[in-house]
Amino acid sequence: MRINPRIINKIVEMGLNIQAFFTVGILVVIVAIIFFKGFPYLNPEFIFAFPDDMGRHGGIFPSIVGTIQLALLSIVFATPLGVGTAIFLTEYTRESTFTKLIRFGVESLAGIPSILYGLFGFIFFVIKLKMGWSLLAGVLTMTIMILPTIIRTSEEAIRSVPRQLRIVSYSLSATKWETIKKVVIPAAAPGILTGIMLSVGRAVGETAAVIFTMGSSLRLPLSLMDSGRTMAVHFYILAREGISMEKAYATALVLVLSILSINVLAYYVMHKAMSKYS
Amino acid sequence: MIEKSLLKERFVKLVLLLFALSSLLFLFLIFMFIFSEGSPLFLKVGLWKIISGSKWAPTKGFFGIFPMIISSFLVTFGALIIGAPMGLSCAIYLSEYSGKRMKMFLKPALELLAGIPSVVYGFLGVVYIVPLVRNYLGGSGFSLLSTSIILGVMILPTIISISFDALVSVPKTYREGSLAMGATKWQTIYKVILPSAKSGILASFILGMGRAIGETMAVIMIAGNALKIPGSILDPLRTLTGNIALELSYASGDHRLALFSTGVVLMVIIMVLNYVANFGINRKIVK
Amino acid sequence: MLILCACNSGMPGKNGKAKHTITIAGSTSVMPFTEKLAEHFMLDHSEFVIDVQGGGSTAGIQAVVNNTVNIGMSSRELNDKEKTLNTITICHDGIAMIVHPQNSVRSLTLQQIRDIFNGRIKNWRELGGVDRRIDAVTREEGSGTRSAFEELVMKGKAIDDSIMVQDSNGSVKEVVATDPYAVGYISLGLVDQKVRSVTIDEVVPSIKSIKNGRYKIVRPFLYVTNGELDTYAKEFVNFILSRDGQKILIKEGLVSLYD
Repeated sequence: MRINPRIINKIVEMGLNIQAFFTVGILVVIVAIIFFKGFPYLNPEFIFAFPDDMGRHGGIFPSIVGTIQLALLSIVFATPLGVGTAIFLTEYTRESTFTKLIRFGVESLAGIPSILYGLFGFIFFVIKLKMGWSLLAGVLTMTIMILPTIIRTSEEAIRSVPRQLRIVSYSLSATKWETIKKVVIPAAAPGILTGIMLSVGRAVGETAAVIFTMGSSLRLPLSLMDSGRTMAVHFYILAREGISMEKAYATALVLVLSILSINVLAYYVMHKAMSKYS
Repeated sequence: MIEKSLLKERFVKLVLLLFALSSLLFLFLIFMFIFSEGSPLFLKVGLWKIISGSKWAPTKGFFGIFPMIISSFLVTFGALIIGAPMGLSCAIYLSEYSGKRMKMFLKPALELLAGIPSVVYGFLGVVYIVPLVRNYLGGSGFSLLSTSIILGVMILPTIISISFDALVSVPKTYREGSLAMGATKWQTIYKVILPSAKSGILASFILGMGRAIGETMAVIMIAGNALKIPGSILDPLRTLTGNIALELSYASGDHRLALFSTGVVLMVIIMVLNYVANFGINRKIVK
Repeated sequence: MLILCACNSGMPGKNGKAKHTITIAGSTSVMPFTEKLAEHFMLDHSEFVIDVQGGGSTAGIQAVVNNTVNIGMSSRELNDKEKTLNTITICHDGIAMIVHPQNSVRSLTLQQIRDIFNGRIKNWRELGGVDRRIDAVTREEGSGTRSAFEELVMKGKAIDDSIMVQDSNGSVKEVVATDPYAVGYISLGLVDQKVRSVTIDEVVPSIKSIKNGRYKIVRPFLYVTNGELDTYAKEFVNFILSRDGQKILIKEGLVSLYD
């Protein structure tokens, strides 16, 4: 006996509706748990105080600083390299085996899991280059990690700059570089910025690559060779060792809120750019 | 004066070329380093012995990673079993059923889900899923099941967004043609859209697998890290990634080289997965 | 970027600072206690900066060999290859077998522990407890605590492959504290009300039973150095070996060098 396909249609539609809400529900539950369990312990003291007794009491100030240092410095290194690569691929060459090779390099780097970056960074930077567990080792490793993202998003942004803009610039007798510098990049800026912010989000949340390169010292990193924690690393240690559930939730909250605000900012910038061109 | 600006242009091009080469350089560096550190042990102990060996006791000369290779795959397939149906349904819903408003709401939600750090997933897994499994199903809770659940959730954004892209790129005419012939929406999806988007959807699954097999932090918090191949979904296991992370800072000498060998195996598996996924997408465009 | 690397490799560490820095790395068992000692020491000596990292006994010893740290921490004796280094015993530490506080099994024999971790005994029922599989937890290969456990308890018998592994004292304790059917081993100094230590062969693990020799599962906490220490590091070590320093360790549950 054949069931009316219209009924099946309705059932499936309902089922998919439920599925979608279930998926969103998972997200809501995760964020809610972290929010409600962490919020009570979130206060200015938590943000600005140093950890006491291995993190059982006190705050997470050094790890917040460490996170900012790591993310900022990685961006400083990765942005010129990444945007430069993107510019080169789009403006200076034609599609060829050479560009395919570079793209292959970028895609492969993107696919390497973070623990392998940790393995590489630990043995190469920390041990072989004798940097020890340090902010520098962490930054160098993180720079390579976020490079593919910046290259990809920058390339897309640059490609979508309308041809007319370039043509007009050339017709005004600007050189190629002048055109890129004064016309293309500003036009592609929102897209590039989005990529940068996504990378910052990645750097903030990354743990495996960071704990083996930057280390896990509780001190405030005051120089490039100092070790320190990022919030993600601090959270991991708090959680794993069962040092303090409350502090763990609070740290998770700060972590998730930071990443959330960075993503929201990225979206805002992207929307502004979209509206500019539509 | 023209020569000056020509020189400047050349200079800029050179600098940018160097920047572009830097990506290749880094890749080369990482690849070379991991392979060069990992190969000596393959030569010394024998590739086959390492890959098929069942005993991992590196301080005593045993470097068998076979159980971990199997466990990595088990956990990946487990994640797929949990994540693929949910993810695909969500993608179908997003592309075929939801309105503009829903899309605007769901897409950022997905990005947020993707942005939650893996350690947070691991933590929540330990605090909520592990006791659940232990109290209602048995075992210690640190198990293949718990890990698959958490990893399944973690790969949802990957599967949803790539499947979504595949689904929306099916030409409108397909849909319209099918509906015009009197098919219901679901029949259209089932018989027309899904088959056309097949390779893209498959690619999303494979990329999801790549993500799951490379995941480290959440896994070492939930999987229990035992060296044996799990006998049931309630048994603990250790993945290739977990192996590296657990022993990296403690290892020296041959032990450390063995971890690089583990890294080599992992890298090869992921490269193969990525190649298959991209090749799959290529086929679709050619079609 | 390459230029930066070169600059930093050539840099002789932190220069031009009034602060004296001591870098210490190694055993995760010794680490929290070193941290405590460092905290106290730096209160009175604010010109000191003591940087404490983990990494494990083996890594700490390696770091000393490579001169990347001033002092390495180890929770096991040095092996023959490492014997060229200097060691300073700062205290002793017992290894306690722990179970969940609600576990009815409160005493074990050494043989039973061996059989649990060897895979022979798989169910709490066999030990007089509930009918439930034993969730045993061990430390990872390369851990000083595990080496000590293998040497003093397992005595040659291998730890079974089906046993869960965690990579620090704290995480082992956390697993045992939350799983009613778990058993593991951690530093005696870390035992608190979250877990319960079992008596082994009728001996209660405590500072007293270690001092009078009845509890035998004891290992030294060592500071490992490459040759002589510089004056600043020496000051810190002298503090640790003094009565004040040892008092701190006693408070933390370790076995001090004095009575």
